[in-house]
Amino acid sequence: MLEIRHLVKHFGALVAVDDVSFAVARGEVLGFLGPSGAGKSTTMKMITGFVPPSSGTSVICGYDILRAPLAAKRCIGYLLEGAPAYPDMTPAAFLEFVAHIRGFRGREAKRRIGRIVETIHIADVMHQPIEILSKGYRRRVGVAQALLHDPPVVILDEPTDGLDPNQKYEMRRIIDEMRPNKAIVISTHLLEEVEAVCSRAIIIAHGRILADATPAELARRSRRHNAVRLAAAGISEARLRAELIRLPMVAAVEAAPDGEGVSVFPRDGQDIVADLADLARAHRWPVTLLRVEQGRLDEVFREITTAAAAPAAAAA
Amino acid sequence: MRAVATIFRRELAGYFATPLAYVFIVIFLVMAGMLTFFVGNFFGRGQADLEPFFAFHPWLYLVLIPALSMRLWAEERRSGTIELFLTLPIRTTEAVAGKFLAAWCFAGIALSLTFPFWITVNILGRPDNGVIAASYLASWLMAGAMLAVGACVSAVTKNQVIAFVVTAALVFLFTAAGAPAVLGALSGWAPQWLLDASVQMSFAGHFSAITRGVVDLRDVFYFVSVMVAFLFANAILIDLEKAE
Repeated sequence: MLEIRHLVKHFGALVAVDDVSFAVARGEVLGFLGPSGAGKSTTMKMITGFVPPSSGTSVICGYDILRAPLAAKRCIGYLLEGAPAYPDMTPAAFLEFVAHIRGFRGREAKRRIGRIVETIHIADVMHQPIEILSKGYRRRVGVAQALLHDPPVVILDEPTDGLDPNQKYEMRRIIDEMRPNKAIVISTHLLEEVEAVCSRAIIIAHGRILADATPAELARRSRRHNAVRLAAAGISEARLRAELIRLPMVAAVEAAPDGEGVSVFPRDGQDIVADLADLARAHRWPVTLLRVEQGRLDEVFREITTAAAAPAAAAA
Repeated sequence: MRAVATIFRRELAGYFATPLAYVFIVIFLVMAGMLTFFVGNFFGRGQADLEPFFAFHPWLYLVLIPALSMRLWAEERRSGTIELFLTLPIRTTEAVAGKFLAAWCFAGIALSLTFPFWITVNILGRPDNGVIAASYLASWLMAGAMLAVGACVSAVTKNQVIAFVVTAALVFLFTAAGAPAVLGALSGWAPQWLLDASVQMSFAGHFSAITRGVVDLRDVFYFVSVMVAFLFANAILIDLEKAE
């Protein structure tokens, strides 16, 4: 439904987006990740037709954003970063304006606004000026505006940024509910969000795509994937280390960050918990903690994005 | 066309959502009145016409029209709503037209609220109402041309103060172009075509031509073409400079 073809954007000598291509199908929620200044927002602005690309294009529901901008824009719902809206309007007037622009009149406009207001829960602020609304409500008004016309492609730039935990939960519920019928792209720098709602993640840094996989696959790239935390009462850390490192499937043993026991890293990400349990039983260690770690997305993210930065810095 | 009407309604309502509209209208009416009565000597000259009222419009607009046009695009740029606005399924030309027409309509509302002058002069004597109608038309056309210049300037900045100052300077050039002082400074060294062009380009010149009571299509065409040219430039600038 959404196809990005070789998007490139130069700002003077700076290459903000460098040959980015991907496709998103119906039912997919794509997490678009990257450090600040990686080119996330610029890519979204090119997809939605706000920024003209230096080369390449995006195709939305078969409409090229450069050749048929109006048809393409009709298929997109877009929540902008920070959800700007006309401050002196009320949500009621603002949504009516957007409904009219999108071609809904009279009863149809009312029906659509009524339905979205119910889904997004903004009924109690409909007649207050947007400028006095809290961040959470403002964000919701932005989402209501983006979903009013039930678009097949939804693009959300940092939808939960600045929201409290309850509001975040609510936003994820909304995304989850609409997922089956839409192609959704979410830009974020919150990794928990990717794990919570995304079926796929793309990591971008310096304008290039560095990884494109499911969140689980990405986590598997972590050194911590299948690592085991082990602690035993009365057994010193040095003793544990000395015994554990002898096992052939163990690559490294480190003191755990919180000081309780050790972290055992497997060779090639293999499953080692059964072997460790056997070893502990053989030594009759009074085990107090034995836990398999899942691999942490934030570590993978840092490894991937900083590895990309290193050669660039060396070249400069 | 529907999009233009929707944008027009939102923009016009936007003027009245803040005190701006009321402040503008009050200042416009007070200034117009003061200039007419005190500077223009409306009563003292003993003639039943509105010439002293209209004579000051170019100079009144010089200050007030940039105040009206400065927020058209600069405000959208500053608050970031320009991205929201231009990613809606509308053409840039529709956006430009809707905004301009709302500002022009607002100027028309302010101008039409000066109707007590018209009534007063009809009570006091027997004015040529045709001349007055033509003068109102001229004043509104000139306001439109100035607003188009202002909209175009507003499109390239996110700073309303800059938009105001640059618009005021441009409008001043257009207004003063045909004035005797300018022609005097030019004559003697500048080529004749520049003097002619200067006279032809003058807002004040075309304005006073119509206020004499002759609605010459060339004068009307001049104002309309200034509007079309600057709005066209406005649309191009928006497309080029969307993301600054």
